[in-house]
Amino acid sequence: MKKQPLVRFADVSFAYAKSQTREGWQALREVNLEVFEHEFVAVLGRNGSGKSTLAKHVNALLTPTSGQVLVEGLDTGVPENVWEIRQKVGMVFQNPDNQLVATTVEEDVAFGPENLGIPPAEIQRRVTEALEAVDMLPYRLHPPHRLSGGQKQRVAIAGIVSMRPKCIVLDEPTAMLDPAGRSEVMRTIHRLNKEEGITVLHITHHMDEVIGADRVVVMDQGRIVLEGTPREVFSQVDLLRELHLDVPQVTDLAQRLSGRGLSLPLDILTVKEMVMQLCPSD
Amino acid sequence: MSIRLENVSYRYLEDTPMETTALAEVNLEIGEGEFVGIIGPTGSGKSTLIQHFNGLLLPTSGKVWVDGVDLTHKDTQLRIIRQKVGMVFQYPEHQLFGETVLEDVGFGPQNGGLPAEEVEQRVRRALAYVGLDFEELKDQSPFELSGGQKRRVAIAGVLAMEPSVLILDEPTAGLDPKGREEILDEICALHKERGITVILVSHSMEDVARLVDRLIVMDKGRVVLDGTPVEVFREADTLRELGLGLPQVTELMHELKAKGLAVNTDILTVEAAEEEIARVMGGQR
Amino acid sequence: MRFRNLTIGQHIPGDSPIHRLDPRTKILGTALLIVLLFSVDGFIGYALVALAVAAVIHLSELPWRFVIRGLRPLMVILLLTVGLNVFLTEGEVLFRLWFLTVTREGLVRGLMMGTRLILLILGTSLLTLTTSPIQLTDGIETLLNPFRRIGVPAHELAMMMTIALRFIPTLLEETEKIMKAQMARGADFQSGGLMQRAKSLIPLLVPLFVSAFRRADELAIAMEARGYRGGQGRTKFRELRFGRIDAVAMVLSVAFTVLVGVLF
Repeated sequence: MKKQPLVRFADVSFAYAKSQTREGWQALREVNLEVFEHEFVAVLGRNGSGKSTLAKHVNALLTPTSGQVLVEGLDTGVPENVWEIRQKVGMVFQNPDNQLVATTVEEDVAFGPENLGIPPAEIQRRVTEALEAVDMLPYRLHPPHRLSGGQKQRVAIAGIVSMRPKCIVLDEPTAMLDPAGRSEVMRTIHRLNKEEGITVLHITHHMDEVIGADRVVVMDQGRIVLEGTPREVFSQVDLLRELHLDVPQVTDLAQRLSGRGLSLPLDILTVKEMVMQLCPSD
Repeated sequence: MSIRLENVSYRYLEDTPMETTALAEVNLEIGEGEFVGIIGPTGSGKSTLIQHFNGLLLPTSGKVWVDGVDLTHKDTQLRIIRQKVGMVFQYPEHQLFGETVLEDVGFGPQNGGLPAEEVEQRVRRALAYVGLDFEELKDQSPFELSGGQKRRVAIAGVLAMEPSVLILDEPTAGLDPKGREEILDEICALHKERGITVILVSHSMEDVARLVDRLIVMDKGRVVLDGTPVEVFREADTLRELGLGLPQVTELMHELKAKGLAVNTDILTVEAAEEEIARVMGGQR
Repeated sequence: MRFRNLTIGQHIPGDSPIHRLDPRTKILGTALLIVLLFSVDGFIGYALVALAVAAVIHLSELPWRFVIRGLRPLMVILLLTVGLNVFLTEGEVLFRLWFLTVTREGLVRGLMMGTRLILLILGTSLLTLTTSPIQLTDGIETLLNPFRRIGVPAHELAMMMTIALRFIPTLLEETEKIMKAQMARGADFQSGGLMQRAKSLIPLLVPLFVSAFRRADELAIAMEARGYRGGQGRTKFRELRFGRIDAVAMVLSVAFTVLVGVLF
């Protein structure tokens, strides 16, 4: 029997309606996608490719203009399902500040469970666990404005973890962070995926964040144009360039050197791999 | 037009238990037409440093001269300095306020006391520099533009003052790869064509390696390294200790050399790496 | 830079008996103090209240200079009140100062008004000094909860207060950033007459408002994504609980208020 996906997009199309500031536009075009439990799926695409719109469909912040999104069999288009869906699928946004609602870290992490009506003693437990999972326990009494960007995002993640979701969707969570913050956040979500088994859907335009994913989905103009393992996707250097996406410098280099006659695989993603290819001796 | 810092220190909350030294005895001179990159871990004082270049901050001790003018002198008109030394902050689109693009972009030159016709000319030129059409946008509200356009309008707002020095604090923050490339190309063009001194604060080693003539590395309020990108990236250990990396290709060359390959490690770009590796591996299949 | 040192509510953490009181007890206690100050009359009355306030300050283990600091911003009003009473009250003239007349009644009045104001300020200062903003919000929400059935939006009010408190430092930082960015383009917030200065604030206020609205929008979406749907069915992370110390404090406060209020 085929395993049921945790999240399923079935022929999903979505158009933003015309508003005061801009014309209506088609953001998703007949998207079909399946995300299975415990997967780490990265969604890559440039601005306007529809990746953010896709993310907001998973937890019913947006509902399709045609097609269906199913979360563990629940249709996101049915209003009665929304609350349950949002407990199963949590979402972390781009702006670290505009997600934190309370005056201290622990109060904020408690916000989600409070909304779910969890008894206070249990909330206390979950808050501590969640803060430990993101390595922010020493900061539990800190006010948000005294945290760095990376720390704020980790608190935001803890705020979702405390709701014990099956899946976390992260919509460009590192876009506003410095390199240190970016690696903090990436390390945290990889750990949550591997150690807690939480399914991760990571939206980004940074290539280096995609390398550790199980599967990469590339979007452009509302469609999925490429899908596969990071290696499969990255080896399509020219296509990625056409889509105005970066490739890591070593991947670019591998392609160029191949063109010069050196026999190199095209799916080199890291410095280590390149070194091994060029100096295979040891 | 040069900027000179002499023994500049900046401390805040002085004489309190929370006294912090953001800059410690910085000596620096940036000459006309240079393209300087400033890198350093968060908290190293980069922001504080650049705010001394246009008088937004005045040193707690030491002196700052811009174009021969002592900024700490009480009679110095900082507003005039700020017309000559323009600064683009991070996420500049968050400062848009005008009813029209013309009004917003014209704010700078207008504050400089220029007549309306001259202001309009400058706005026209500035918008052209960032790839936007004056006629199309001048009467539009800046708030109705797309994200990318908003940022360009904000940058145009600084360019309209036609400064001799342009300081940019992470101008590509939050942009996707295409957006980053476009902005950086425009900055490069400005430097080449107009000879404007450019000071770029960035977190991207690859970007600074590719673009700047001179790289300043900061840590804990001090200038730790100051030289050409090649010179600076030779100090791989120091950079790693500070939590800064090397451009990926430079890292690669160092690793290859460590494995015994006779490569030049003064490589900063993919193109240079391609040439060097092809040269060394030439003939090997 | 000058904004960074502002501590909202001036809360000073501590472990004194006063700190450990339930916030509701402290809020009600402050309310009782206000009632008392307006019903008391005469020297002895005021002296007793002053003694009570001093006792609470002592119990709070707060350094006196912090408490007295709360008076500074209101110095002008204080002096004005005392001055007006001293110089403008009719009665038995004691002496003249220049063109001002000082009467016995005036002096008495001035002293009493002054004392009342001082005790008022000290009392409310004590509330904010010994109670954290969260505790205050929780206390107010819990006190207002029973009035929900008559339409008082207790939860919504508390949520608004929390979010406001959370974002004040963030918005202050943003104000500073915007100011600097506009100054870098030649904006001048210092010079000129009232009208000019008001106008010069537009490049500061417009971006700030736009940003605040954007934040509110994003925050609302984030809250919804975390299952927020108003106060229905919500539980609380920290529950307020009355202890023995609260019962003692309440009994003492009520007893004192009634006694002193009635007798003096």
